[in-house]
Amino acid sequence: MSARPRLLDAGDAAFTIEFGAAVDPALLAAVNALDAAIGREHAAGRLPGLIETMPTFRSLTVFFDPLRTGRRELIDTLQPLLDAAVHAAPADGRHWRLPVCYEGDAGPDLAATAQAVGASVDELIALHSGTEVRVYMLGFLPGFPFMGDLPERLRLPRRTEPRVRVPAGSVAIAGALTAIYPWESPGGWHLLGRCPVPLFDSGRASPSLLAVGDRVRFDPVPAAEYQRLDAALQGGEIDPARWLAASAGADVDAGTR
Amino acid sequence: MSAPAVLEVLAPGAYASLQDLGRRGYRRVGVPWAGVLDARLMRIANALVGNAEGTPVIECFDGGLQLAARDGTLRLAVAGDAVVEVECAGERRLLTSWRSLTLADGDVLRVRRLERGRIAVVALEGLALPRMLGSASTYARAALGGIDGRALTAGTRLRAPPASERLEQMLPDPPRPAAGPVRVVAGPQADHFAPATLAAFVDAQYRVGTDADRMGVRLDGPALAHLGAPEIVSDATVPGSIQVPGNGQPIVLLADAQTAGGYPKIGTVIGADLPRLAASRPGQVLRFAWVDASEGERLARLAEAELKAMLGTLRPLLDGGVDLAALYACNLVSGMVNGLSPEDPAA
Repeated sequence: MSARPRLLDAGDAAFTIEFGAAVDPALLAAVNALDAAIGREHAAGRLPGLIETMPTFRSLTVFFDPLRTGRRELIDTLQPLLDAAVHAAPADGRHWRLPVCYEGDAGPDLAATAQAVGASVDELIALHSGTEVRVYMLGFLPGFPFMGDLPERLRLPRRTEPRVRVPAGSVAIAGALTAIYPWESPGGWHLLGRCPVPLFDSGRASPSLLAVGDRVRFDPVPAAEYQRLDAALQGGEIDPARWLAASAGADVDAGTR
Repeated sequence: MSAPAVLEVLAPGAYASLQDLGRRGYRRVGVPWAGVLDARLMRIANALVGNAEGTPVIECFDGGLQLAARDGTLRLAVAGDAVVEVECAGERRLLTSWRSLTLADGDVLRVRRLERGRIAVVALEGLALPRMLGSASTYARAALGGIDGRALTAGTRLRAPPASERLEQMLPDPPRPAAGPVRVVAGPQADHFAPATLAAFVDAQYRVGTDADRMGVRLDGPALAHLGAPEIVSDATVPGSIQVPGNGQPIVLLADAQTAGGYPKIGTVIGADLPRLAASRPGQVLRFAWVDASEGERLARLAEAELKAMLGTLRPLLDGGVDLAALYACNLVSGMVNGLSPEDPAA
């Protein structure tokens, strides 16, 4: 990937460096490389006035304090980092196997989604849980992971009628992406199951369980096991790190792309 | 040493929450900044009670906030164009805002209504709150900040040291309402709209919709047509982002908004103008004007210089507690006194 990134204005206190317009691991690699490079410069005190950065699928937004620096000045400083980032290779993240209950109330859209993709419910579950996905971005809500890519067969447009309330923990799909809602919120994605693992904990040094670049696979669990895990997690008896795959190398990502 | 006194929330009014400058550094994991919608009000209110500028404050929408001092005296200040009522031993007095005041044990302060805008800020001398992820700002969605991660409700109690001996302070010449259009920097997705649409956006008038809160403000006016599909692969939002969903009616994102979004963003309201947009009342008509990013930066520095100058003009209230401004305000609003009842929509 060698296209020049575009600089887009985002007001008087931010700008966006856009590497492309698509969901593409090569774009993500460039975004993450630039983000990491800026993080190192910032930590070394060489970017005064920088507030923070926000990496997305395809762009990095840089937030700054216009009382301490300026857009022009920052862009000049970042230029060499930008040139290096476009050639970056994807970083290898951690590998997770997260339990998901694909049953009954936990997956209210299972039947309709199975019908829409022309599969049985069991086939749908096998397709979804059989795909290793990559965390592309965190947001729009705290800890919300946008993950992909789903196999072509699972790609559906969003629901025409978004739900007013999607329960916390809902595992959902839309287009090439899948996600877990860490919080109850409105949502237009198709709900296939429920994951009991809390994705965000402000008491942790790193409050989001997942990080951009991590790989995730879903492990179907029966409703009774979901209940047991949910209770144990809420009681603090289980450390969510137990769902980290022991050896990243053993978990080959043949399922992605 | 005296024991701490308590500020008890008797009623939060339309919506009230504890906020400071907000949380930085966690947008990357989906945590918005939160924080006061108008930092100027926070800094003035804190200066009036002698707090550090970034001390958490109560931010309230519209009228109806009622606070009572318990177990001691407390010093507070109200910033914002609010009609403030203090009830002391059953006697009610109306005061102007932009000053500090002291509540004795049992006294009640009410923000009756706002004369302009929607936001007032109440600072409490000596207030200290625990920080979560670097800030005390309330972000209820993730139960962060404030008291138990929630907005204020009747019964919430805030502890603070008893009022110090310092003289009451006032701001002699409060900020005037800004005139002129709300200024906007084009982008990041201005190229998703035709030049004629960009021109139409600043020619038209937009009305603030009824859906207006700390997350954002919906605007009603001429639809802004997208050149292509009304969606993008999600990218970052910023406070002030103007996203345009499929119906063409713009939404301006504020402090509690989602950190990423899939709607094209035609522009970004500059930081200097975002507080007055956030404080616009439903139904209010707004106009917009394009500025470039460097002009936005210049306006940010200008706004900061003006605020610094204003903070330099705080002075003690006149001797003997005679507050001419307050007397004047009482005359202006004396009709309110007879109208007080629990049914008052502002109560």
